[in-house]
Amino acid sequence: MTKEFAVPFHWRRFRERYQLIGSECIHCKKSFYPIRVICPSCRRSGHMKEIKFSGSGKVYSYTIIRAPPEGFKEYAPYIIAIIELDEGAKVLSQVVDCEPKDVKIGIRVKSCFRRIRSENETGLVLYGFKFKPVLGR
Amino acid sequence: MNNFKPVNFGNMKPAREVAVIGIGLTKFGEHWSMGLKELAVEAGVKAVEDAGISGQDLQLVVGGNMSGGLFAGQEHGAGLLADYLGLNPIPAIRTEGACCSGGLAVRVGYLAVASGMYDFVAVGGVEKMTDVYGPQAATALSGAMDYETEAYFGATFPGIYALIAKRHMHDFGTTRRQLSLVAVKNHSNAVHNPYAQYRKKITVEDVERSAMVADPLRLLDCSPITDGAVTIIIVPADIAKKYTDTPVYFKASAQASDTLSLFSRRSITTLDATMHAVREAYRQAKVSQKQINLAEVHDCFTIAEICAYEDLGFTQKGRGGKFIEDGESEIGGKIPVNTSGGLKAKGHPVGATGVAQIAEIVAQLRGDAGKRQVKKAEIGLAHNVGGSGATVTVHILSNKR
Repeated sequence: MTKEFAVPFHWRRFRERYQLIGSECIHCKKSFYPIRVICPSCRRSGHMKEIKFSGSGKVYSYTIIRAPPEGFKEYAPYIIAIIELDEGAKVLSQVVDCEPKDVKIGIRVKSCFRRIRSENETGLVLYGFKFKPVLGR
Repeated sequence: MNNFKPVNFGNMKPAREVAVIGIGLTKFGEHWSMGLKELAVEAGVKAVEDAGISGQDLQLVVGGNMSGGLFAGQEHGAGLLADYLGLNPIPAIRTEGACCSGGLAVRVGYLAVASGMYDFVAVGGVEKMTDVYGPQAATALSGAMDYETEAYFGATFPGIYALIAKRHMHDFGTTRRQLSLVAVKNHSNAVHNPYAQYRKKITVEDVERSAMVADPLRLLDCSPITDGAVTIIIVPADIAKKYTDTPVYFKASAQASDTLSLFSRRSITTLDATMHAVREAYRQAKVSQKQINLAEVHDCFTIAEICAYEDLGFTQKGRGGKFIEDGESEIGGKIPVNTSGGLKAKGHPVGATGVAQIAEIVAQLRGDAGKRQVKKAEIGLAHNVGGSGATVTVHILSNKR
């Protein structure tokens, strides 16, 4: 009994997940992922606009998932990290194209477009951003 | 690190004081012969008997339940509770705040009595988690995260707390051994709790040899999957002595919220919702952390208890690891924490946990805690967390009015 949702559940998020799009408050200049309508800092006095993050950032914290959830078994063990983007916002995703031992807090990473989960029971293949280490930093 | 900005919640105070006059618990563990309703009914009947009232006296039932739907195929838990407790037609309300569902039930029941609306309220919490297999239980629990930005990318619940642990170790030098000591202490306390799931001592080596779940967290850093139910009976403080010689009084009921996703927080090593709620709780109770004699805190993972020491003000930020290492949170230490065995060893039926914490504080403040009794305990604190800290309740209770 995995959580399987209809196509629109994933489709409405594709810009956020494919292009790493979030929001920036015109008032306080803070940026956020995912898209928010109301600025959590300025609340209603803020005004949000969409921004496309550069995808560059560094590892803020990480772990290695050894007991994967349903739908992720074939990928385990895999690295999950919080990435602090250069724009200031933080996001969570996987770090790929490296060994668990190569990941450290503070290493520079760059976003890449990857498959998140293989085909589920409804026939959907899910995609989104992951991060890979920037070589020769 | 950015600074915490305290918020004034307003000058909230109850219209009247509230007391606990009865508690009832099922054994925590794996109950093959009992479903959701049998668990809830056993705890409810025990609480009514303990309070010395009749079921007919009850005017309202509030029940915490995180996910009857995903764990037992049953939503509409409030209706189920009133029905099988034989309480129809009195109103029943289900509260949900992930692992803080029980804390929310306590708070809603408290508000109902404190406001003057109801005199006799049963506050319960129940979760039946072992009727599904492990991966399904993990999927149900993953709903406590921000599903679309955390679970979607393959994060698990232990994984989220592992991110907290990794950063806490990085920023403050918290050690693997300090994490282990939390599990060792809580298992040691659970030995003396007849309701606990694991009444078995473990060693630091046991923790550090257990399977890695999400680095640095190992199996014995994690709270288990548990079936269990708890009920407490609450009434206006003015009439409490008619029913018991040992009422326990609510001195504070506070709650705060934060982002669902861990990565959106000001800090990932501090639960701001805990900081806000406890500050408000100390204000309502007119006490400081120095006057707290014992606490039940939300140790869903060992790192969570270390963060709780800091966020509740028992020690400075970054010193939580030292607090456990120095024995300050043991029975006999400065502030005994999780005398029940905590979520780690007593067990963690997610919807019941917040109510179970109150039941432990009540047992302690009545002097009924047997071999785990904290001597001369007068004031106790209960701290319940939903998700990785999006919903937090803090209650302070005392045996002195």
